[in-house]
Amino acid sequence: MNETELKQFTDYLYQMLKIRRFEERLNHLYAKGHIHGTIHLYVGQEAVAVGVCSALEKHDCITSTHRGHGHFIAKGGDVKRMMAEIWGSEEGYCRGTGGTQHMADFSIGNIGSNGITGGQIPIATGAALAFKMQGKAQVVACFFGDGATNEGVFHESLNMAAVWGLPIIYVCENNLYAMSTPVGVAFKIRDIASRGAAYGIPGHVVDGMDVTEVRKAASEAVESVRQGKGPILIECKTYRFVGHSRSDNRNYRTKQEETTWEARDPIKLLSEKLLGLGVTSNELEQIENRVVKEIDEAVEFAKGRAAVTMT
Amino acid sequence: MSVPTGEKLREITYREAIQEALVEAMEANPHVFLMGEDIGKYGGAFGVTAGLLDKFGPDRVRDTPMSEAAITGVATGASLLGMRPVIEIMFMDFITLAMDQLVNHATKFPFIFGEQSQVPLVLRTPCGGWRGYGPTHSQSLEAWFLHVPGLNVLMPSTPYDAKGLLKEALYRDEPTLFIEHKLLYGTRGQVPEHEYTVPFGSSIVARTGKDVTVVAYSYLLTKALAVAEELHREGVEVEVIDPRTLAPLGIDTIVSSVKKTGRAVLVEEGTRTGGVSAEIGFQIMEHAYEYLDAPIIRVAADDIPVPCNRSSEDEMLPKNADIKDAIMKVLG
Repeated sequence: MNETELKQFTDYLYQMLKIRRFEERLNHLYAKGHIHGTIHLYVGQEAVAVGVCSALEKHDCITSTHRGHGHFIAKGGDVKRMMAEIWGSEEGYCRGTGGTQHMADFSIGNIGSNGITGGQIPIATGAALAFKMQGKAQVVACFFGDGATNEGVFHESLNMAAVWGLPIIYVCENNLYAMSTPVGVAFKIRDIASRGAAYGIPGHVVDGMDVTEVRKAASEAVESVRQGKGPILIECKTYRFVGHSRSDNRNYRTKQEETTWEARDPIKLLSEKLLGLGVTSNELEQIENRVVKEIDEAVEFAKGRAAVTMT
Repeated sequence: MSVPTGEKLREITYREAIQEALVEAMEANPHVFLMGEDIGKYGGAFGVTAGLLDKFGPDRVRDTPMSEAAITGVATGASLLGMRPVIEIMFMDFITLAMDQLVNHATKFPFIFGEQSQVPLVLRTPCGGWRGYGPTHSQSLEAWFLHVPGLNVLMPSTPYDAKGLLKEALYRDEPTLFIEHKLLYGTRGQVPEHEYTVPFGSSIVARTGKDVTVVAYSYLLTKALAVAEELHREGVEVEVIDPRTLAPLGIDTIVSSVKKTGRAVLVEEGTRTGGVSAEIGFQIMEHAYEYLDAPIIRVAADDIPVPCNRSSEDEMLPKNADIKDAIMKVLG
């Protein structure tokens, strides 16, 4: 690995940590009753958002999900304005109307996270159609979970994108559960990536806990899609380390399963890799400190402008 | 009525009026494009886009797979990135398949994401019965969409309004539902030679009268006008109002008329319960209760699916006699 790559990987760690700490802080703020509503945390899946978004240019677009904070941060979202949005503040990305599940910043290519499972899949496909019709070289990355691939619009959209050769990468984050429903109950197939074949789309399975693997698959996909070779489906096998939402007690999965996946924590895996490549623990600590400072500032920013009073 | 006087006019059909609006918009703006099932070579199930594939090519007259949800969602996504899609849903009944994209996406994005997120989407679709198509190809479902904030709901009854309202929709940046009526496609009317638009929220007086106000739109306007003519010969002067756009609703013209006549009959083709008349009637109550000399009466389809066989379909849908009876009843 050369110097540039090492720098790149260190940046992935910074971004993944930023997502992790943002989510953990949010969880704390909700638990303390400072924030109204619900949340769907991205803890455990950070390698997917960072691996995919790092392969995109700023003017490329993403669409995101109810579990969308990680995608937004990885695409360059400002954690201050995100925190403010979730807090219900005027200073938030959507003046506090969208909240945790509905945020967008078109200027950096996030054209919206979405509270309806799979709802963003045709939207992303339409964005890709616009790029193609306008003769632009931009591409779209559309994030969704395993559950969304059992919605009708997934199938309609992939078919349409294939028929029209649209510049879009469909990124399925298979975290093994649609809320509480395990993939074994909802699918007869082993790999969701195999569904691409039904529409004439290449489907790839990727280790979603390894950011280097995700990045590699995403880079290849972006290059192919940008060349006009049509859509690609990538299935990232991953795991959320927390419940579906605030009210989830995770009674549908075992502690043993959780422990097995936690051993493959994407942040731990990358940290170990970096240490092996000669990055010092002191340098990793500096990244951690930088992230914590940013999250502290985001909370201060949101708190000061919140329409909801802190108790 | 709606056609201004003193202008150079020509007579065209309702179908031609819609096509003219599409062609003019496509010629003026390269971002306007059409998308739908069988709209290319076939020309659309009711012939509205006939010939446009040859004129604009397959990129801008885009035949789609049978995927109403994706058609609506893809058009919404394209509109977010600067395109101005006009989609066709072959029968209004099939809009059920596109509801999530229309209700939770196209109309929500401008509200949630603000200025950066315009959705200049026009969804065209034909409604209506009397064709023997039965329960799943004959419905008038416009009432549902009055319950969707942020959606324009247009129901033109003449070629003039069809062209002018569609042009207006194509200039605006909001999602619009443009509901055509199958029985109106072949009807003729005058339109100006020059460019014009019809503003939203501007109900018009389709016939002037002093005794009773009848509100009717789309195909049922023709029935209301026929009844008004019949009653004129019997000495009753019916004022007929065509709202033309149900959302935004031009309630002022309706209220002014009711204040003048003191009596109102509301006519719609959709089923009675929870219909458009329930909303218009309540707004009349809110604005002109003290002017009413009699309870408002509504004329609507029976609360059952539209049957296939002709006699049952005729029985279930509003008839001229129903409108006439309602008028005579409200007159006491």
